[in-house]
Amino acid sequence: MDSYDAPELTPRQDASSRLKDFFIGATPLQKRLESVRKQTSFIPTPPRRKIPQGSQLQEDVDPQKFAVLLHKQWTLYSLTPLYKFSYTDFKEYSKLLTAFIAAEKKKGLAVEVGDDFNIKVIFSTLMGVKGTERDPEAFLVQILSKSQLPSEHKEGKVLWTGWFCCVFGDSLLETVSEDFTCLPLFLANGAETNTAIIGTWFQKTFDCYFRPLAISSFNLSWMAAMWTACKMDHYMATTEFLWSVPCSPHSLDISYAIHPEDAKALWDNVHKTPGEVTQEEVDLFMDCLYSHFHRHFKIHLSATRLVRVSTSVASAHTDGKIKILCPKYLIGVLAYLTELAVFQIE
Amino acid sequence: MSSQKKVNSWARKRTSQDSSSYQTRLSAWRVKEDLNDSKSISECGQNNTVEDCEGADGQTENALQIALRYFEKGPIKTSQNKEKHLKTVENVAWKNGLAPEGIDILLSVALSGKFGSAVSTRIFKCMIPATLISEDSVVKAVSWLCAGKCSGSTKVLFYRWLVAMFDFIDHKEQINLLYGFFFASLQDDALCPYVCHLLYLLTKKENVLVLFQGMQPHLQALLSLYKFFVPTLISVSLPMKKKIYFKNSENLWQTALLALRSRNQGFPSEPLKLMLANVYPIKRKWNSHSIIPVLNSCNYSKESRKKRMNLSDYFSSNGSFPLEQLKSFPQLLQNIHCLELPSQMGAVLNSSLLLHYINCVRDESLLLRLYHWLSQTLQEECIWYKVNNYDHGKEFANFLDTILRAECFLQEGFYSCEAFLYKSLPLWDGLCCRSQFLQLVSWIPFSSFSEVKPLLFDHLSRLFFTSSIFFKCSVLQCLKELLQNWLLWLSMDVHVKSVRNSPLETTLGGSMNSVSELIHYVGWLSTTAVRLESNRTFLLHFILDFYEKVCDIYINYNLPLVVLFPPGVFYPVLLSLDSSILNQLCYIMDRYHKNLTAAKKNEIEFSFSSKTYQEFNQYLTAMVGCLWTSKPFQKGLYIDPEVLGNASVAEYKKSLNLVHHPAFLSYTVSFLLQECPEERKVNMSSIRGKKWNWYLDYLFSEGLHGLKHFIRSSIHRSSVP
Repeated sequence: MDSYDAPELTPRQDASSRLKDFFIGATPLQKRLESVRKQTSFIPTPPRRKIPQGSQLQEDVDPQKFAVLLHKQWTLYSLTPLYKFSYTDFKEYSKLLTAFIAAEKKKGLAVEVGDDFNIKVIFSTLMGVKGTERDPEAFLVQILSKSQLPSEHKEGKVLWTGWFCCVFGDSLLETVSEDFTCLPLFLANGAETNTAIIGTWFQKTFDCYFRPLAISSFNLSWMAAMWTACKMDHYMATTEFLWSVPCSPHSLDISYAIHPEDAKALWDNVHKTPGEVTQEEVDLFMDCLYSHFHRHFKIHLSATRLVRVSTSVASAHTDGKIKILCPKYLIGVLAYLTELAVFQIE
Repeated sequence: MSSQKKVNSWARKRTSQDSSSYQTRLSAWRVKEDLNDSKSISECGQNNTVEDCEGADGQTENALQIALRYFEKGPIKTSQNKEKHLKTVENVAWKNGLAPEGIDILLSVALSGKFGSAVSTRIFKCMIPATLISEDSVVKAVSWLCAGKCSGSTKVLFYRWLVAMFDFIDHKEQINLLYGFFFASLQDDALCPYVCHLLYLLTKKENVLVLFQGMQPHLQALLSLYKFFVPTLISVSLPMKKKIYFKNSENLWQTALLALRSRNQGFPSEPLKLMLANVYPIKRKWNSHSIIPVLNSCNYSKESRKKRMNLSDYFSSNGSFPLEQLKSFPQLLQNIHCLELPSQMGAVLNSSLLLHYINCVRDESLLLRLYHWLSQTLQEECIWYKVNNYDHGKEFANFLDTILRAECFLQEGFYSCEAFLYKSLPLWDGLCCRSQFLQLVSWIPFSSFSEVKPLLFDHLSRLFFTSSIFFKCSVLQCLKELLQNWLLWLSMDVHVKSVRNSPLETTLGGSMNSVSELIHYVGWLSTTAVRLESNRTFLLHFILDFYEKVCDIYINYNLPLVVLFPPGVFYPVLLSLDSSILNQLCYIMDRYHKNLTAAKKNEIEFSFSSKTYQEFNQYLTAMVGCLWTSKPFQKGLYIDPEVLGNASVAEYKKSLNLVHHPAFLSYTVSFLLQECPEERKVNMSSIRGKKWNWYLDYLFSEGLHGLKHFIRSSIHRSSVP
């Protein structure tokens, strides 16, 4: 095969005129394309990341509100920037969304905004769930069932919860104009039908796009390493890995549980660069686990697929489900998830 | 489709237009969008299906007529036939829709109850109009209702059908006269919600005479409209809030109508039965029937700024022009300053008028919304992106066709499609949606070739070298189109000196560099492909098609660039066994000649490297040697005489001219046989002198026009051998 040579003949060649230069000071759209080009041409994940540090939450944080976010299984979605979204219109949004949900559920019949329905939608900000000052404020949406008896003024049961956040989303923030609010990570807990209705409303109202966010085995190993590396005062759960062996008729799952302190000891042996996790360290950490397992069971786990990681910090499943256990590292976990979500929407 | 938006459009219509026969939504469907420019793109892909459909249509049309006649006559005691005819009607209806006459008959049959309520139900479910519904049919139907021959459930179904099909009714005047009848039906509890909905669509100011008690939401919705028109007549206090939902999304006929519409726009579609069976195939799609969002102008965030607006504000607001009313280009021009943009920008793909709009309004937010929506949708729908997604191949292909039609219409590629190609091309198998995918490549916006090459073209070459000759030809074709799009864009931009913030603010040289890199890349692909496919004529045609574009860049596009073909293409073509290939080569050489001559005249303006001229002269010499003077390859080519001896062409030098060139042999023989048809043996070397000229005229008369041009421009006829 001939080698491909760049041609040298051209009319009026001007060495200084590289097209690339014209992307400097370019429009947001061109910036986006540039960043996609960069992403595609290099290895998608940076070879090193920070180990989540202790709480970076700001002072004005409502611990009560954070409790809502913990110990629940969230389904992850990536979300493109919201167009003309306003934090000051939450009241209006809850009214509209309530009516929208009611209309969807009562297919065929008319409903009116402001009607009394047996559900209630509440929008509220999650102060402090952000990485930098530039990150927009996270917010929470809840559907509550209203008590049937009007005399009782108790808060109803929570039927569905979802929240939108952006933690260290700088790379995305740079490429959009001020009409947009970037909250690339969306987490939902509750019936899928509700998620669909609410997602539809957001898509119609703010011209955004939700996509389920799956977590690859590669990223799960990163999570395993980063979360093992977190300093814990006391461990709440064992560290557990789940591998899946694709075989018919049913796939075979291999669960591998380790005492969290043992896992941490292994990590400390592997770990070299203070405060950071590198790709080599992640690989080495996983390799140690594999070889230990092979010694006992003669099974090469490296040939299987990692589908779940559970630690005292959080647990994550490859099909895009996450449960955060430790409030101290909430921000750290969200930072990595935001990174994955931003990658997906680029 | 959210009904709430629909309500708004109704409301606006009432204020802006008196005649209720003018239906916004319908006309958006009826007015067939004339995407003339884009037609060619879809034609080749869809011809077959269209023809197939038409062939089958002729047969089913007869069967339908028989079935309709059967139903019209009334039940005969052979239930087998009934089932057969009903099936026929259903099949035709779901596939093509029914003509007004058909609907007229069926409506009477269903409401007369002649065949029982089960049949009536089935008839209603398949009563899909192909074009319109005649008002008379509806009036007749109402008179059947009065006859009281059908069951309550059939009546309910009739009203639901009427509401769903309201836009398809050609006139509404007569129906409006029946207002009182409909109003009286409100007393029937089962009918009430549907009658309300119908009245809601039907009500005009003069209808509002009566006030009605009751606080059901659907009644409230209707009453609030009454109150808006004649506030004094409604004594009931109504919460005057702004939004009423008549939810329609579970409408029985919605899927059928959408499928029909997409078919009428020229998309092949699955048999409808399949679609009905799984309206929500998997949960990946949230509450929408098609990938591309429906065009809706209503934007909540906009409203929420005008706080506490009530219903009447809503009806009387006339600050902006609603999209639903936008139907013609002059309208667009008149309202371009106050056009309400769609709430979901993706909807513009289905509207040529809005494509015009986004083409001239360079609003970054607008483009970013489209960018995000399109790139996410492409990735989400892409069938080779995820496992188990292959069932939706046709849907994805249709989606790509829509995008391509828009790109062709705009004569410009979308950035999101380019980004999508970066991600998806490395995973592509070269088969899935091949034609669409390659067309996406040909619409890549102009940019620096060397920058895009590692992201796209390196992957494409890998597929190119490992795939069949047909794939190679499709790739060459798509690269030809890419080149053409780039050239057009550049030539436009050079003249217009666009004020846009485009990468073209580069010097001309930089842009030309990128184009010439593209041409060299194709030259490299071609050279290798010629070898891999052992000079197949089919492939050579596609390669030469590409160079037909290349050779004329200077004259056709007024761009200072002449790039010649590589030797690996030129010599195999020159020695090809096919006369049409050789003819095409002559044509291209002639065009190169003209371009270079023209460029030389303007030398002060552009200067080409002398290497280009040298190269061209070398090729020209070789051609003249092979076609005219029988002195091929005088310089720079050495062939071992022994090899020539073994091949028994030791006298090869004389074997290459217009007479002896293998591509022309058949012409030579026919020429000589023309002269003396009885001859068993022809003497080829007899063609010389005057006969040589006759022979030339014979060749030209056989349609070798390329050769004619080449000989006229490059050879002085004095030197006849």
